[in-house]
Amino acid sequence: MNTELTPSLAKPGRKSSVRLKLKRFLLDIKRDSFAYFFLAPFLICFLLFIVIPVVMAATLGFTSYDGFGKLHFIGVDNYIALFTQDIIFLTKAIPNTFLFALIVGPGGYLLSFAFAWLIHQLPMKIRDYYTLAFYAPSMAGGVALTVVWIAAFSGDRVGYFNNFLLGMGWIDSPVIWLQDPKYLLKIMIVVSLWTSFSVGFLAMLAGLQTVNRELYEAGRIDGITSRLQEVFYITIPSMKPQMLFSAVMSIVGTLKAGGISTQLTGMPITPSYSGHLIINHIDDYAFIRFELGYASAVSVMLLIFSYFAMRFATRLFGSKEEL
Amino acid sequence: MLLRKLRKITAFQAVLTSCLTALAVFMSLPIIFIINHAFKPQNELFLFPPRFFVQSPTFRNFESLILHASNATVPFTRYLFNSIIIAVLTLGCVILVSTMAGYVLAKYRFHFKGLIMSMITLSLMFAPETVGIPRYLIISGIGINDTYFGHILPALASPVAVFMLVGFISQIPSELLEAAKIDGASHLGIFARIVLPLSVPAVATISILTFQGVWGDVETSTLFMQEETMRTLAFYVNSLLSGLQNSVAGQNMAAAAGLLMFLPNLIIFLLFQKRVLETMVHSGIK
Repeated sequence: MNTELTPSLAKPGRKSSVRLKLKRFLLDIKRDSFAYFFLAPFLICFLLFIVIPVVMAATLGFTSYDGFGKLHFIGVDNYIALFTQDIIFLTKAIPNTFLFALIVGPGGYLLSFAFAWLIHQLPMKIRDYYTLAFYAPSMAGGVALTVVWIAAFSGDRVGYFNNFLLGMGWIDSPVIWLQDPKYLLKIMIVVSLWTSFSVGFLAMLAGLQTVNRELYEAGRIDGITSRLQEVFYITIPSMKPQMLFSAVMSIVGTLKAGGISTQLTGMPITPSYSGHLIINHIDDYAFIRFELGYASAVSVMLLIFSYFAMRFATRLFGSKEEL
Repeated sequence: MLLRKLRKITAFQAVLTSCLTALAVFMSLPIIFIINHAFKPQNELFLFPPRFFVQSPTFRNFESLILHASNATVPFTRYLFNSIIIAVLTLGCVILVSTMAGYVLAKYRFHFKGLIMSMITLSLMFAPETVGIPRYLIISGIGINDTYFGHILPALASPVAVFMLVGFISQIPSELLEAAKIDGASHLGIFARIVLPLSVPAVATISILTFQGVWGDVETSTLFMQEETMRTLAFYVNSLLSGLQNSVAGQNMAAAAGLLMFLPNLIIFLLFQKRVLETMVHSGIK
């Protein structure tokens, strides 16, 4: 907006200049009213189900609330309790989440890129079949795949995994994979990696198509010798927008993946908290113990974690002015 | 020289293709399994040693799934009906709402646009699971729990869809819209006759994503619906599956249910697959 006023208008003083600005602003709004009208349905839902919940979570985090009685403001007590007294959060949820997120997030991301790149090297005609094969597990979704994991990791000899290992002679008796605290987190990681070829993977495949082929020629003249150098100096820089988009998607995917432990074990709380992630901790306090204030404090921590993960991804792939 | 280079590439491609084929088969094992498992008769489900492929396919599992649920308080068909109606309505509404928002955000300048865009970009990382509690409070606050609105409205707030559409629609030449305006088309007319038809690839993409999200979503049923009759197929299958780990009864129904949850996703994806990559080209975070 133009802040510089013409001299004749400037004379009446500050008050009317503010009024003039306001009038101008309202006129603009009126002129663009159709745009706001088009935007309204989305914006209302967006505010109602995303912006306000986040603000509410932030506020509830400072209260003690059981969902029925009155709200009590207790300041930062929830956060103090979270970092000093909540042993399960400190010794189980945080280490589990970090291990899980560090492997599934960047691991799944790198795998997605690697396979997107490899599929891109294939002849055009057969690419689609490979895309489908890799994308299918994530497309099937958690509920459908539960059938598979239960059968695969079943604790008796009929389980496919047990049967295979027994057949190879690597174990002597069937292992109860999903109930054993030793294995649960590892299985969760493997299963999540399996399903990590999702939207981000498709975005990368599309990004690879946008890379200008002449750049490879130019690179060869400039002394790029191996394909690996090509990937680092030409391919990745040319598809940064898609790389960032799929990084963000893989952060979100990792955050959401907490449900996997419940799907695998059939219990909201895993045996001796072996697969307990922060998201399970929130569910535990919110929907089993009904300590909504405390649960909100935990979810605020999770939101902050994910925000910094996103900042990091933006630093890697983004242009500077964003965020 | 050229010949040698050609041979080198084909050798590389041959090795690559065979490796990738093996991996692709490995990756799609769960899918092949779901399909085979659903048609196994009871005795094959518990065969030892377990067989991967079905020997004598049967529809018994689907029958018992449908019969089992029709004896319960809420019949199976009710869950199916709920799921279908919610998926269809959500899909339609998300497409309309997101395209409208994407159109003005991509093509016009107005106050707060920058703010709205940066909020959308920021909320791409938003996982609804993290704020389930406030969402529950809001849903019951505006009184839409136990209604279809409780399933549909939260899905309309889809920053990913709007984000992709903004990327895609900004590729549509502005001259086209200007020309239509000179010809006397209204904003609504431009939107319905030019923008919507031209953004079909992007619409196909968000359809796939939205459908997958809605069809497999258990959260809205668990949190926002207290009436059993308002819950979806995903919820029913999920509750059928939990506690199944060490039991024999119900394995056959679970097998059939798994296929039922997967099949619609696959069909929608196959229908729209070609359009997806077309969209993604334009939808990166710049």
